[in-house]
This record gives sequence, C-alpha cells and structure tokens, in this order.
Amino acid sequence: MTITIPPKSNKESEGLQPKGFLRYFSFSLDHKVIGIQYLVCGFLFYLVGGALASAIRIELTSPISDFMPRDVYNQVLTLHGTIMIFLWIVPVVNGAFGNYLIPFYVGARDMAFPRLNAVAFWLIPPAGLMLISSYFINGAAQSGWTAYPPLSITTPAAGQIIWILSVLLLGGSSIFGGINFIATILKLRRPGLKLMQLPMYCWAMLGTSILVVLSTPVLAGTLILLSFDIVAHTGFFNPTLGGNVIVYQHLFWFYSHPAVYIMVLPAFGLVSEILPIHSRKPLFGYTTMVYSIMAIVFLGLIVWAHHMFTSGTPPWMRLFFTIATSFIAVPTGIKFFNWVATLWGGKISLNSAILFSCGFIVNFVLGGITGVALAQVPFDIHVHDTYFVVAHFHYIVYGGSVFVIFSSIYHWYPKFTGRMLNEKIGRIHFILTFVGFNLCFAPQHWLGMNGMPRRVAEYDPQFTFVNQLSSFGALLMALSTLPFLWNVIHSSFKGEIAGENPWQALTPEWLTSSPPPVENWLGEAPLVTDPYGYGKKQLQEQFNDLESEKQ
Amino acid sequence: MTTITPIDQSPKEQEVQHDLHADHRLFGLVAFLIADGMTFAGFFAAYLTFKAVNPLLPDAIYELELPLPTLNTILLLVSSATFHRAGQALNKSDSKSCQKWLLITASLGLAFLASQMVEYFTLPFGLTDNLYASTFYALTGFHGLHVTLGAFMILIVWWQSRQPGGRITSQNKFPLEAAELYWHFVDGIWVILFIILYLV
Ligand code: HEM
Ligand SMILES: [Cu+2]
Repeated sequence: MTITIPPKSNKESEGLQPKGFLRYFSFSLDHKVIGIQYLVCGFLFYLVGGALASAIRIELTSPISDFMPRDVYNQVLTLHGTIMIFLWIVPVVNGAFGNYLIPFYVGARDMAFPRLNAVAFWLIPPAGLMLISSYFINGAAQSGWTAYPPLSITTPAAGQIIWILSVLLLGGSSIFGGINFIATILKLRRPGLKLMQLPMYCWAMLGTSILVVLSTPVLAGTLILLSFDIVAHTGFFNPTLGGNVIVYQHLFWFYSHPAVYIMVLPAFGLVSEILPIHSRKPLFGYTTMVYSIMAIVFLGLIVWAHHMFTSGTPPWMRLFFTIATSFIAVPTGIKFFNWVATLWGGKISLNSAILFSCGFIVNFVLGGITGVALAQVPFDIHVHDTYFVVAHFHYIVYGGSVFVIFSSIYHWYPKFTGRMLNEKIGRIHFILTFVGFNLCFAPQHWLGMNGMPRRVAEYDPQFTFVNQLSSFGALLMALSTLPFLWNVIHSSFKGEIAGENPWQALTPEWLTSSPPPVENWLGEAPLVTDPYGYGKKQLQEQFNDLESEKQ
Repeated sequence: MTTITPIDQSPKEQEVQHDLHADHRLFGLVAFLIADGMTFAGFFAAYLTFKAVNPLLPDAIYELELPLPTLNTILLLVSSATFHRAGQALNKSDSKSCQKWLLITASLGLAFLASQMVEYFTLPFGLTDNLYASTFYALTGFHGLHVTLGAFMILIVWWQSRQPGGRITSQNKFPLEAAELYWHFVDGIWVILFIILYLV
C-alpha cells in the first residue's frame, strides 16, 4: 500500500509556537517539545531527589541521628521517595520518551490530543514545586511515599495535605498521558501499519497506559478519603474512630504495585529498541515479548497484597498472592532471555547506550530474583520493612529504570539535539554509576537480612561499617552525575554532528533530520513494517537503496 | 516482506486521508470514563469491606428509607432517556425539540440534586458520626459532584444548540454526544450505588 499522511497545515502550527530555545518554556503542542520538557523537568527533579538521597546516606554513615533532626530525616525520606517516583521515573519513562517516540513509531505527526498532552505536562512543575515548598512552609510530609495511616493522620497535617494535593495532580497528569497514549497507539497508526509491526516500545506503552488508566484513579480516590480523615476528622482509616487501616493498604497497593510496572514496563520497551540497533540483530521473540507484556499487565493487577504479608492477611490471601506474584517471574523471565538472545552473536558495539542497557539487564535480574524471594511469605515475614526490601526495589527502579533512562539518553540524544554525546565520558559515567550503584545497594541485602529496619535514622552499631560502604557507593553515584551533566551540556554545543541516522537504525524517528522538523517528516511518513530487520540482507539492501536515493 | 516503502503521493490515496483526521475525542472520553469508573470501584470496594469487617455498634445502625432514593433512581433513568431523545432530535437537525429535551434532562438532574439534599438533611447521621455515615456521604457526595458537573454541561450544550447562533449542530455533534455519554455513565454509577448502598 502506498498511503501518505498529509502534513498538518504547517503555517498554523508554526506561527503559533515560539521558536528556538524559548519553545521549551511555552505551552507548546509539539509532541517532541513536550517530550523534552518532560525529560529536562524530570531530570531537574532527579537532581533534587538525588541531593535528598545523599543527605539520607550521610545521616546513615553513623548509627546515631546526628546529621539532621529525626523529623527532618522523615521529611527528607518522604520527599526523596515521592520525587523519585512521581516526578522523575514515571514522567520520564512514560511522558518524556513516550511523547517523543510514540508518534514517530505509529507514523503520526503528533499525539492524538496535543492540547491534553500539554496540560498533562504543565501539571507537573507546579505539583513538584508545591511538594518541595511544603518543606519550607510547615515541614513536608513525614509518612513515607506510602503515606500509611495512622501515621499520615497523626503527623503534622499541612505537609501531608500538600503531599496529597501534589500526588493528586501528578496522578491526573499521568492519567491524561495514559489516555493520550492509548488513543495514539490504537487510533493514530498510519494506514498500512499493523499492530504486530509496531516497535516494542509501543506495546510497552500500551500496557503501561492500561495500568495507568485502571489503577491511578483508585489511588486518587483513596487519597481523597485520606485527606478527609486529616481535614474533616472522618474515620475511614483511623482506628480510633472505628476506621480500618488495612483498607487503605489494599487500595494503596492496588495502585502502587501496578505503579512499579508503570515505572519498569516502558523501560522494558526502551531496552527492546536499543539492544537490536546496537547489536545489529532483530529483536528476539517479538511475539512472545508482546504476550509477556500483556501477561505482566494482567498479573500486575492481581498481586498487590504481596506488600501486606505482615498486615494480618488471612492465609488464603497469602497463598493466592504468593502464587500470583511468583507467576510474574515467567513473563519477566521470557523478556530477560529474549534480550540476552538478541545480544547473542550480535555485532555489538560497546557504546554507552548498550553499556547502560546491559547494566540494566544485570541489575534487573538481581532485583527480579529478590522480588520472587520476597513473594514467599516465610521469607518476607523475616525481611519485610527491612533494608532488604530497599535493596530489592532499588535494584529495579534504579538498576532497572534509571539505567534505561541513561541508556536511552545516550541513544536518542543525537536525535534530540543533532549532536553526538562524548563516548569516553559516557563510559566513565557508566562505570561510576554501575560500581557506585552496586556498592550502594548490594550490601543493603545483608543489612536487611540481619534485621536493620528501613526508614529509621538510627541503627544498631554493628551495622556501621556496611552502612558506610553503602554510603560510599552513594557518593560514587552522586559523583557520576557530574561527567554526565558536563557531557550533555558540552555536547549540545560542541558535540560531533550526528546526521540523520548515526546508528543506522530502521525505526521511523531516524528517517528524518536530527532534530526533526515540526511535523516529524518533511515529506510523507515512512511505512516501517519491520522495525527490527537488522542483518537481514535483502532488507538491508532496500534500506541502502533508499538512502542512496535520497542523496 | 518490506522494511521501508518509499511513498509517493498519488491522487487515488487522497480518500484515506479523511480517515486520518477522524475524531478520536469520543474514544478518549471512554478511556477517561473507565478511569473515573475505577475511582468509584475503589470507593465501592472500600465501602463493602468496611461493611464486612468493621461492624457498627448496635445503636449506630440505621435502616435507610427507600422512597426518596427510589424516586432519585427513577429521575436519573428517565433523564437518560430524555437525553437520548435530545440526541435523536439533533440528528434530525430539529434544534427546537433537541433544546426542549435537553432542558428536561437538566431539570431532572437538578431535581435529583434537590431531592438528594432533602435526603441529606433528613438523615439522622452526619459526616463524621461513624464509619458507615462517612462512607455513605463520601460515595453519594462524589456521585452528586458528578451529577452537578453533568447538569452544568447539559446547560452549556443546551445554550450552544440554539438555532441560529449555537455551535452544536448535526454536523458538530461531539459536545452533545460527549455530555450524553458522560450522563449515561453517571446514571449507571448511580444504579450500582443504589443497589450497594440501599438494597444490599
Ligand atoms: C519479578 C518481579 C517482582 C516481584 C516478584 C516483586 C515482589 C515484591 C514483594 C513481595 C515486595 C514486598 C516486600 C515487602 O515489603 O516485604 C516488593 C516490594 C517492592 N517492589 Fe517488587 N517485585 C517485583 C518486581 C518489581 C518491580 C518491577 C518494581 C519496580 C519497578 C518493584 C518495586 C518494588 C517496590 C518499590 C517495593 C517496595 C515498596 C515499599 O514498601 O515501599 N518490584 N516487591
Ligand atoms: Cu509489588
């Protein structure tokens, strides 16, 4: 089929939008501008969250509470978790890369609802600033990112209410984004492009968006009830007024277990784009990848109570949630083996992008294994609310998602800016991050197994040395940000010119200039029916023909 | 199998282009309503769990009166039908009758809100009296908020479907369709709420 997508009237959209650097501060409707807005905004919040993490690790270099007062420690801990989840990982793996890439992948010129898209982004900065400012007003929330009552009801109300408001705004932003992604992927596909020909990231975003739409509203409703408990003194979750805290936990985790997949499924998708390109091989097992994503979406919705094994859950519930949770390891394992098989025998160029992707694979396996261990009740009862859990989820959210974010930045930076990043500095960044990360979080498994509780500023002196080791790792991680920052800033002025397609990639975002024009392609949208056709001779020839045609 | 097909513009394909500008707003709205429905689902689940595991003290138990909420149910169900009639009238470009049905729908919605208020003021318990009371008000209040919003939307649609001058015509049906879908959704939620809260 030969079908074209007509450009939107260029005059209109160009006239309305500020040009140059200023457009990143405008209510732009261009999905690429919005993607970059998400990315940079998320990264700035990441720096804040990282500073808070450093404060936590400094406090924990000694067993007594000496670096900051205890209630400040609680605030720092709560802000750290909330910022990293709701203002960094979720907006970046979904909003930033999703907005930038999905329209390209489906062969569209923008998202389905550009205005809603801009609204979704512009909810984030005010929500984030509000959250952070609560620290300076009357003290930030102190009850952790989970805001469990009765703690969240009994700690100072102002901070907690601001926390609830900003999480509600961020949840709204996330829902708007999710609706937009579903509509774009299902409805905006260019004619001739079949669902099973879409790049894997589209499937990951489709699955993630389904989770967002189904689970985020439940969190919103729950937080509204919680705010009633705080402001109006109702007793939904207040045992002294006849309420029930366990109901809060169920509702919270009904969102927040899917939320962990909202953080990691898009990362799966991004890795599935990056690995084939840099190892010059087709993605292994496309169909099984698609089905595993959908299986994870389904299972992800019915495993939430594995966070509540010590909350007096009845035995049948423990049994059900243990089994369901363990099942998630199957689709997850399939994806892991598919990535390894994609790399296997490939012509791998060991650049920063693939280094971070491989780092992801290694870390994610470790985090997955501890996850399956935690799903087993007898083990979980032993280590619940200890540093073991902290180690588990950091292996997944940092070792997994954040590694993928860095990998993706190395991979798509040439497209975003038209310039290459410096490889040497990229590798230094990788080594520092990888070593620092493992040094910081691997010892925490041991700490947890030996009984060091999480979320407490003081600990038994026998844990001092291992904590210092962990803090040293954190220092390396903090340092690793510096070469990265220098790289992205310096390269945007001085980097080597990237050209259209520095990686010889086949996906549609590379078949246009870097950075791409407002409507993505100057001519017609290309129809890419096999985005992973690397190394297939005949396809390669076709590709070359097309390239030479252009010149 | 092909990877990349170079595409040339040929006049024959122009027809397909129309499809590309198809309106996906209704699809987006459905997704939003699913999300909104999940909020209610969360509330219902909380309510049912509270009821199952947090028994009230004997003197706090109160049997809800049925007549008023039954009337409310009828009001909303009828209003769904009248909204449907408004949509049909718009299809026939009969703006007069469309406006008439819209006004009837909005009045039914407002009547629902009024009678809800009457119920609130006659109930012997307040928001913070006990867990059951709080959940009752949270659920009905959240739903009432939806009805209020819906009634406003209907009035806007009503104003915009005046002819001549209004922007809603049989060519531009989306605002009416969207409001109608939303209204059916809110009615559907009420039926579930009525069953769970008053009958079970
Ligand atoms: C193989 C898949 C996984 C399994 C079987 C699993 C299992 C578990 C279990 C049982 C817990 C509860 C531990 C406790 O509190 O005692 C837990 C905690 C956690 N997991 Fe996972 N997990 C898996 C994957 C993930 C992924 C992909 C993420 C994030 C992207 C994640 C993030 C978290 C977080 C954030 C917590 C701690 C929540 C908190 O209490 O603050 N997990 N996991
Ligand atoms: Cu979980």
